[in-house]
Amino acid sequence: MAGALSFYRSSIGKKAVMAATGVIGVGFVLGHMVGNLQVYLGAETLNAYAAFLKGTGELLWVIRFILLAAIVIHIVAAVQLTIENRKARPNRYAFNKTIQASLASRTLRWGGLVLLFFIVYHILHFTVGVAPGGPVPFEKENVYNNLVKGFQNVPVSIFYIAAMVALTMHIYHGAWSMFQSLGLNNARWSRLLRRVATGIAVALCVGNISIPIAVLVGFLKPV
Amino acid sequence: MTLNSKVPEGPLEDKWENHKFNMKLVNPANKRKYTIIMVGSGLAGGSAAASLAELGYNVKCFCYQDSPRRAHSIAAQGGINAAKNYQNDGDSVMRLFYDTVKGGDYRSREANVYRLAQVSVNIIDQCVAQGVPFAREYGGVLANRSFGGAQVSRTFYARGQTGQQLLIGAYQALERQIGLGKVQMYTRSEMLDLVVVDGKARGIVTRDMVTGKIESHAADAVVLGTGGYGNVFYLSTNAKGCNVTAIWRAHKRGALFANPCFTQIHPTCIPVAGDHQSKLTLMSESLRNDGRIWVPKKAGDSRAPGDIPEGDRDYYLERKYPSFGNLSPRDISSRAAKEVCDEGRGVGPGGLGVYLDFADAIKRLGESTIRERYGNLFEMYERITGENPYKMPMRIYPAVHYTMGGLWVDYNLMSNLEGLHVIGEANFSDHGANRLGASALMQGLADGYFVLPYTISNYIAETKPQTISTDHPAFKQVEQEVADRTSKLLAVNGTRTVDSFHKELGKIMWDYCGMARNDAGLRKALELIPPLREEFWRDVKVTGVNADLNQELEKAGRVADFLEFAELMCHDALMRTESCGGHFRTESQTDEGEALRDDENYTYVAAWEYTGVGNQPIMHKEELEFEYVHLAQRSYK
Amino acid sequence: MHLKLHVWRQANAKTTGKIVSYDAPHVSPDMSFLEMLDVVNDGLVQKGEEPIAFDHDCREGICGACSMVINGIPHGPQRATTACQLHMRSFKDGDEVYIEPWRAVAFPIVKDLIVDRGALDRIVAAGGFISVNTGASPDGNAIPVSKNIAELAMDAAACIGCGACVAACPNASAMLFTAAKAAHLNLLPQGQPEREDRTLRMVAQMDAEGFGNCTNYAECQAACPKEIDIQFIAKLNRDLIRANLKQGNQGTGEVK
Ligand SMILES: Cc1cc2nc3c(=O)[nH]c(=O)nc-3n(C[C@H](O)[C@H](O)[C@H](O)COP(=O)(O)OP(=O)(O)OC[C@H]3O[C@@H](n4cnc5c(N)ncnc54)[C@H](O)[C@@H]3O)c2cc1C
Ligand code: HEM
Ligand code: HEM
Ligand code: SF4
Ligand code: F3S
Ligand code: FES
Repeated sequence: MAGALSFYRSSIGKKAVMAATGVIGVGFVLGHMVGNLQVYLGAETLNAYAAFLKGTGELLWVIRFILLAAIVIHIVAAVQLTIENRKARPNRYAFNKTIQASLASRTLRWGGLVLLFFIVYHILHFTVGVAPGGPVPFEKENVYNNLVKGFQNVPVSIFYIAAMVALTMHIYHGAWSMFQSLGLNNARWSRLLRRVATGIAVALCVGNISIPIAVLVGFLKPV
Repeated sequence: MTLNSKVPEGPLEDKWENHKFNMKLVNPANKRKYTIIMVGSGLAGGSAAASLAELGYNVKCFCYQDSPRRAHSIAAQGGINAAKNYQNDGDSVMRLFYDTVKGGDYRSREANVYRLAQVSVNIIDQCVAQGVPFAREYGGVLANRSFGGAQVSRTFYARGQTGQQLLIGAYQALERQIGLGKVQMYTRSEMLDLVVVDGKARGIVTRDMVTGKIESHAADAVVLGTGGYGNVFYLSTNAKGCNVTAIWRAHKRGALFANPCFTQIHPTCIPVAGDHQSKLTLMSESLRNDGRIWVPKKAGDSRAPGDIPEGDRDYYLERKYPSFGNLSPRDISSRAAKEVCDEGRGVGPGGLGVYLDFADAIKRLGESTIRERYGNLFEMYERITGENPYKMPMRIYPAVHYTMGGLWVDYNLMSNLEGLHVIGEANFSDHGANRLGASALMQGLADGYFVLPYTISNYIAETKPQTISTDHPAFKQVEQEVADRTSKLLAVNGTRTVDSFHKELGKIMWDYCGMARNDAGLRKALELIPPLREEFWRDVKVTGVNADLNQELEKAGRVADFLEFAELMCHDALMRTESCGGHFRTESQTDEGEALRDDENYTYVAAWEYTGVGNQPIMHKEELEFEYVHLAQRSYK
Repeated sequence: MHLKLHVWRQANAKTTGKIVSYDAPHVSPDMSFLEMLDVVNDGLVQKGEEPIAFDHDCREGICGACSMVINGIPHGPQRATTACQLHMRSFKDGDEVYIEPWRAVAFPIVKDLIVDRGALDRIVAAGGFISVNTGASPDGNAIPVSKNIAELAMDAAACIGCGACVAACPNASAMLFTAAKAAHLNLLPQGQPEREDRTLRMVAQMDAEGFGNCTNYAECQAACPKEIDIQFIAKLNRDLIRANLKQGNQGTGEVK
């Protein structure tokens, strides 16, 4: 235990934890996206899938708990790291400039904040059904309708699209970064890993954003 | 004063072994009662400080940089020699010994050089064990190359950064001892004087370069590993901070200065670009393996190099030295370049340059091979000059590179002042009148890792632990002198910058005590230096205060010492009317214009005694005896 | 050409500093950046003002002493080049140039552009070595090292300890330096016995010095005059995780 603590206390330890929780997050959003894309197979398929998930009972709670824990740890570590990093450079440069750091890497923290806000709203929106601007009526058993009606609200859709852009950026850097943080990068793999990360980010972006757009253009309609 | 070299008796091969056995040992439990001061953290100082701390002594180590890792040894590119004979090409301790004595034009001490060749093999083992990433062959064994015209491949290297890698090895060993508390490291600390009590070196006085505090440090022995003094010429390949201060101060306190005029001029440096030039950059000698050196046949030929047809070019090294050609030794190549430039055939701004041309090599081997071999050097050249050496020949010119002279030491590396040891480039080294490429690193590490730890122990074994503290009046007095000098420099408040004096001195030295020297020129220099020194003390402008970091003050102190030292250099050059190695007296040359030694009259080390600023110094001779090497005229035809 | 310089001036660690502007007329493209500063300083001295203090020594791009942020980039705009090797050809007439010291809490300013980089030495002192005393070594060829590994170790060992990576990193992290120093030794067979201990100690010291953490921005790699690759950071991460996993099997594993 003492070992684990001293590991966490070290800068690299915190990063490994960020990355490990990030892996869980990335795994979840990918799986979640695949699940959500079933919306294109029609209301019955999606609703059956949702019902199947809810039918898993305790397992669902275990997964929810893991997810919640991962998010909390991820955020705690992120906040600690951010504070340390600010302290490490109290005086900024008068002429501030970066050479090659990607926009994605430089906006990681803002992106994270947007995501946090998104997640809270999103759960109230589709899981609990009490979010302002959410689908009315909220039908517990009809996830398909909730979803389509939810996205028929234009500002909400726009917010979703914006949040997905943030997610894409966060993952574009984050997915590559987590390989690096876990020590999996090396000269031979570095290109491949960069491509894998980009692939994941693009897939998430296209897959997720397609849903609100499909609703807005009228391709998906409530049943 | 008689100089006793303390070379042990017995056959050459056994001298060091026997000596090691005969030396007294210090009881392990007693070692921690002794403190040793090590000034310098380069290859010599760093390796010695670490090794002595490992043995159990308390070491105080000083350097003027912000980290011991930045000592100028870091700049060495080419490699380090060792008689490993890994290539099975006929190398041996005897051959390395022989080459070094011959290369030094028979002006070094046989026993020292032999020992150097002997321990060279241990150096490689030690460095490998420390993790120095030497170049390797595919089979995993160490790679070698031939360097500086040697007939065998005995040079070990780590890309073009051999010095940096060896220094990092020593630095890591040193940092380990710092971490263990055995070495106390004083960075940004400049030694400004030596404290001698009853004829024994007892400590030093330093200036903390951040706070300006003048501090005394007492010890049982003092070691100087403060590097070379090539910066007396202002422009050299040495780092900006390289200085003569530490050894000059010791000299003024009684240590003899040996062969100060022996300087090495390196043939392949990037030429001076203008008045702003602050130092010269060395291009690796390896370029001479494929580049051809030439100048136009006609003086004042101002055509672009590409427009000069073969028939109008003079490949003068190939012409004069057919068997060694472009790979002729440093002193010979340098002098040949100066000669053609003096004839008005030099190229580039001011006519001070010769071409180093890769056109033939590119034609023969293809641009990609050349890029592979020298890509980074070509890039560096282009960065500095703005010219592309793939398209246009490089321009090179000789530059001051290394100083063979230094404080006189005996076989134990101790100067004539008891307790004062001198290692690395700072001593009058084992290189005689000319150093072979890749041998300075070898000597620095030999001194630091394998010689000094034994010999200083012998000295320590014979002395009682230090009883004199820094409260001793001798320390107080030196401290006061140092403080006074510092205030004096600040008080002049004249009109000329420190650099302007340094540049002027450098020019005098280069013109009259540079690559070729003669009686009239040296006398002229001796006339010019004293008034310049007086003007310095009358009219120098040093801004700022002592209590802050003050780079002008640091420079001023160093230049003040160079202004005194330069005279000694000229006296030495004037006295030695022969030519030998890097010292070329125009009066002493063969009919073909080659250096002509005078073995009958000059087979000795000139060790000078200080007699006061501006006074004629007194020379003491250490006669050199050659039992094993047969003296012969060097020939590279 | 004629440049306008905006330089950070600070008398010592105790005072606060500020940007002061200077004219640099008659700059020749053949000058190195430091030679340009020499000329400006010469003018200042002649006017009786204190010259701009900056660290430098070899002026050949190898000692790692020179350290200044030029228009937001450590060592200036040219890739793989130290400030001392940067030439004024990289600038044009009328340019405004901001010159600032390395900025990191672990690198306190000593004066003007000079900072104290002792933290880097202390990281090495904590474990950046192979514990072998002088004399205790087998023949050099008794330890074969594959050429690839030797080359990779050399890539890492090329670090000149300048600290530009810290200056460039938005988090002022010393990961690239520490990673390079650790990788050089951790890759070689000679470095294996102490690999875990070395990694733990160096990282612990790095953290204790107050450097930031690595967010994998890769700015360090872009600013590094020796182009040290951030793959070594991945390796350091790997080695640290490994060291922590192995620790349980190796006694206490206390980080001393
Ligand atoms: C560009 C260049 C390339 C070279 N290439 C090669 C090569 O390929 N092979 C080879 O064998 N040799 C080469 N040499 C020569 C070789 O590098 C040096 O001779 C050797 O490294 C000197 O080592 P040193 O330890 O004696 O001195 P240095 O490394 O110069 O160390 C001097 C130390 O003394 C300290 N010091 C100096 N004065 C003071 C003072 N007053 N107070 C406190 N501290 C002080 C400094 O801080 C420093 O730590 C080269 C030299 C140069 C300039
Ligand atoms: C679905 C949700 C999220 C996923 C999948 C995710 C994923 C990741 C990944 C993979 C990384 C890279 C880790 C590394 O470099 O090793 C990362 C870094 C980061 N994340 Fe997240 N994240 C999510 C949510 C958040 C949230 C909500 C926040 C903050 C409020 C946040 C803040 C950060 C920060 C600051 C970093 C960079 C940490 C550093 O390297 O210093 N993330 N994230
Ligand atoms: C456009 C993209 C998205 C759509 C269409 C979508 C849709 C949904 C729907 C319909 C539900 C409710 C499922 C149910 O109650 O059965 C849900 C739940 C959830 N979503 Fe999303 N989602 C999207 C993106 C995201 C993202 C990017 C994240 C994470 C960062 C996320 C995290 C969650 C979480 C944590 C739940 C709750 C799961 C639970 O515990 O029941 N979603 N999503
Ligand atoms: S890693 Fe690069 S930037 Fe950092 S200290 Fe080493 S050489 Fe300088
Ligand atoms: S820029 Fe900084 S964040 Fe990491 S990759 Fe380099 S240390
Ligand atoms: S001065 Fe040595 S690297 Fe720039």
